[in-house]
Amino acid sequence: MSDPIKNSGELIGWHDPDENRQWVRENKSRQLVDKRSTVPEAIRKYVPDGSLLAMGGFGHIRIPMALIYELVRQRKRNLTIFGKTAVHDIDILIGGGCVSRVEVAYAFGHELRGLSACGRRAVENGTVKVTGEISNAGFQWRFLAAAMGVPFMPVRSMLGTDTLRHSSARVIDDPWSGKPVGLVPACYPDVALFHVHRCDKFGNAQIDGIMVEDYELARAARRLILTTEEIIDHEEIQRVPWRTVIPFYLVDAVIEVPFGAHPTEMPVTYYFDEEHIAHWLEVSKTPEGTSAYFEEFVFGIPDFDAYLEKVGGIRKLTHLKQVLKLQPDLPTSGEGVS
Amino acid sequence: MTGENRYNLTELLACVAAGLLDSRSSVFVGTGLPLVAGMLAQRTHAPGLLIIFEAGGIGPQVPALPISVGDSRTYYKASAASSMHDVMSASQAGYVDYGFLGGAAMDCYGNVNTTVIGDWSHPRARLPGSGGANDVGSFCWRTIYLMRQQSTRTFVKKLDFITTPGYLTGPGAREHAGLPAGNGPYRVITQLGVYGFDEATRRLKLLVLHPGVTVQQVQDASEFEIIIPDQVGISAEPTVEQVRILREIDPRGLVIGK
Repeated sequence: MSDPIKNSGELIGWHDPDENRQWVRENKSRQLVDKRSTVPEAIRKYVPDGSLLAMGGFGHIRIPMALIYELVRQRKRNLTIFGKTAVHDIDILIGGGCVSRVEVAYAFGHELRGLSACGRRAVENGTVKVTGEISNAGFQWRFLAAAMGVPFMPVRSMLGTDTLRHSSARVIDDPWSGKPVGLVPACYPDVALFHVHRCDKFGNAQIDGIMVEDYELARAARRLILTTEEIIDHEEIQRVPWRTVIPFYLVDAVIEVPFGAHPTEMPVTYYFDEEHIAHWLEVSKTPEGTSAYFEEFVFGIPDFDAYLEKVGGIRKLTHLKQVLKLQPDLPTSGEGVS
Repeated sequence: MTGENRYNLTELLACVAAGLLDSRSSVFVGTGLPLVAGMLAQRTHAPGLLIIFEAGGIGPQVPALPISVGDSRTYYKASAASSMHDVMSASQAGYVDYGFLGGAAMDCYGNVNTTVIGDWSHPRARLPGSGGANDVGSFCWRTIYLMRQQSTRTFVKKLDFITTPGYLTGPGAREHAGLPAGNGPYRVITQLGVYGFDEATRRLKLLVLHPGVTVQQVQDASEFEIIIPDQVGISAEPTVEQVRILREIDPRGLVIGK
């Protein structure tokens, strides 16, 4: 077999599997303990400056925005973000001055809504460093390897491209077929932030709609903070245990934050706040506009409840629920629970 | 070139793209024009078309244009609302026939850049990166590109960065690199026409011109030489019914208004 081909992307988020097993043994509780917390406390406790961070959801879908705004409010610095289709979250964090490094599958863009002024500015002027490139499947399989406790996952995409050459993957010959195959290294974020539809106080969580890569990410991250639309009784979880996609032992903190994904979409619950997203995309075109946004929506107000009032309060939030429900025959939140 | 302004260019491209899909196939779509083309095919000649989204939507009857590939509309009346691991694995395992992609720039082998303009370490412009594009271009049996701005700046001799694999350096290069055998770029649709890839050289080859476009225009809008066969077809203009459906799919003109 030929020697593995190394590529130039920086290896971040990796641990020796035995070292990580030991860390899990010493740090993750197997007990059903009450993990209810507050947004400021959870961020203070689990996200020190310099953390390697990944967010649940995808693009503008199910993004833990209450936690994101709190990172800005606490002026976290030198965060490394795993850009596994990081869109609104990373944009706000870069704009808030929290980010110094990104590993990119997809970042600095807003899909159909256009490119990210703020993210591009930061990379082009060198404030934010790209540590390496990868594809969406490659990233998710880095998380899968970590979730499984194996050192890497074989992958058949990226081969032959600059995406691979700028990644932390390696290429070996498959011992059976003899064909070249990529190996993506396990990725263990220090912390993952999720917003879920419902969970109990221990962290047993249900998510409606697509999982995207959250099944793997929840199991790969060392620390997992959940905000949830609703905290439900443990008996509700036990009644339909097949609905639990994140079991409690993965979870470190639970905080009930209704509309915690605003202005992103919470599937089958509320739709995007297109008006607020457009406002951000407009003001973030300049550094001055970006600062003004944070003064208005983060530093000038005490917490996420005040933010929700500021973006339009109950009237606006009810509207966002209605926009989603206006589509005929959409399943309602929680369907399949009973 | 818009036939008495009955349709616009984007609508023409959507119809041409939809025409490449059939009722017995599966297709990976991204947001924007590829999705519009998939939805149009599903509502016209290909009702059985299996639409798959990279974030986990499988087989939806998409009601209105989703803004994101993870939008809840991507699994409206779907067979499954699954995960990225599930659908990416399915495509790596050979279940996905077509993949639809866009791109900022392409070379003669159908390799595509969506990562940086200029040097990677000090980019003149930073673009979003691969996202799922590299995976789609690696795994799907046939990749179709939609690029609405063919010019000497987008059809280039040498890319600043190969984000997504086309035929890499020519015949056999994909297999040599270890990519799944027997697949690769299939068609490229631009504002000027439709291209395929020459069997012997794997280089871009003109197949069809859009109404009113000349071969000279095609060659002028490329830095590399495009293979021009003796016989070149003309693409069909959108029907009244197709245009009506397109405006139903995208009433706000988010995609077709461009």
